[in-house]
Amino acid sequence: MGTRLLGILALVAIVGASAFGLFVVKADLNQGDAQRIMYVHVASAWLAYLSFGVTALAGLAYLVRRDLRFDAVAVSGAELGVMFTAFAIWGGMMWGRPVWGVFWSWGDPRLTTTALLLALGIGYLLLRRLIDDPARRATRAAVAGLIAAVDIPIVHFSVEWWRGLHQGPTIGSPDKILNPSAPGMFVAALMFQLLAFSLAWGWLMLRRYQLARLEWLIEEEGRLGGISAAQRAARSGEVAT
Amino acid sequence: MSALAAAARIALIVAGKDATAELRGRQATASTAFFAALVLLLFGFALGPDPTRLAEAGPGLLWLATVFGGLLTIGRLHQLEADDGALEQLALYPVDRRALYAGKALAGATAMLVLGGLLLPVVALLYGIDLASAWLPLSVILLLGAVGFAAIGTCYAALTVRMRSRELLLPLLMLPAVAPLLLAAVKATTAALAGDPLAELGSWLGLLVAFDLAMLVVGTAGYGFLLEE
Repeated sequence: MGTRLLGILALVAIVGASAFGLFVVKADLNQGDAQRIMYVHVASAWLAYLSFGVTALAGLAYLVRRDLRFDAVAVSGAELGVMFTAFAIWGGMMWGRPVWGVFWSWGDPRLTTTALLLALGIGYLLLRRLIDDPARRATRAAVAGLIAAVDIPIVHFSVEWWRGLHQGPTIGSPDKILNPSAPGMFVAALMFQLLAFSLAWGWLMLRRYQLARLEWLIEEEGRLGGISAAQRAARSGEVAT
Repeated sequence: MSALAAAARIALIVAGKDATAELRGRQATASTAFFAALVLLLFGFALGPDPTRLAEAGPGLLWLATVFGGLLTIGRLHQLEADDGALEQLALYPVDRRALYAGKALAGATAMLVLGGLLLPVVALLYGIDLASAWLPLSVILLLGAVGFAAIGTCYAALTVRMRSRELLLPLLMLPAVAPLLLAAVKATTAALAGDPLAELGSWLGLLVAFDLAMLVVGTAGYGFLLEE
């Protein structure tokens, strides 16, 4: 029941924050309506990095504790991470076309880093899909997640240098708007959307985790050749909402 | 200190075993070097006959070909374990798993060095680049690149070695992960060939060292888990 309440709350918050960002806050003078993309774009990017961070930490916890529940958290984080990363890139491109004039800018290190993050996330999910044994899958995924977690900061650093050592940034960075000089309404809309998206993220994480546990139960059942109805009821109580 | 010496000895034995297998005709390096040289030739077709353009793109093409060839090399170094069920035997030895990782990574780095060493003259010949004047920085870049690629590749190869679609999965996982290595190596090579006019060579070498160290640490910690199953 608590999960459902959180879901309803997240839905209301997203509708409210979106309406606020679309209709209440005035359009940016330079960027026009395109600037409104920034609210969902920044929120998605933040959740993308949060999700993959959760995946890496859950993988580490699995390697230490050998508890498949950590693996369920890891896969939930990875799937949400891929979704929010794709969403962030898509939003960034929709914003980039009218403001920068191009969908893709090699001059922006964040964009390049995020694209590689998406590739690593998809690779992680593919790897999981191709391993049948749960414990083996959890172990290998955990190691892959850790390599990616160490790699991403180096990727970001290298891309920043790559651009920085030769030419200065030619295009304004997308989150100039976050400067304290930005009008309070813009900041308020962003914070509202961040909160709403984070609520939705929490709800999705919980639901995906429950689903992962159920998937595991079904896999177990197949392996053990069926379990009694009483056992099933007892086990599903563990993952009920 | 003696534990470290023992680990180093095990690593050398594991790497030596791979080298022996390689010398006795497994040809992981020879055939992949030929493949990578072919890639370099085809890059020439793709970019057209303009010599200045080829020379400009040379460092990037060299490292792309090295990465493509390296994927095959690292994959085959592990395949040779899995084919004969040797990986299980390796995992059963009562020795430190970290030493086994060091050995496999050392073998991988050596193979990568050979691959890069074979490709450098090919690039020089095909794209008309003068390598002799910058041989020292180029050797350092090659060494650092080989170590980094082997450090991360050994882990990914161990991850995928017993899977059906490993030929596809290994590049899918590895290509995005080696992006910083590729970037730093290309930049360093370009700088070295131009005589380092902007004094940036040191920074890129530093980045390569950082990548190598980070991946060696993760690999040393993670490899044991992959052998366990």
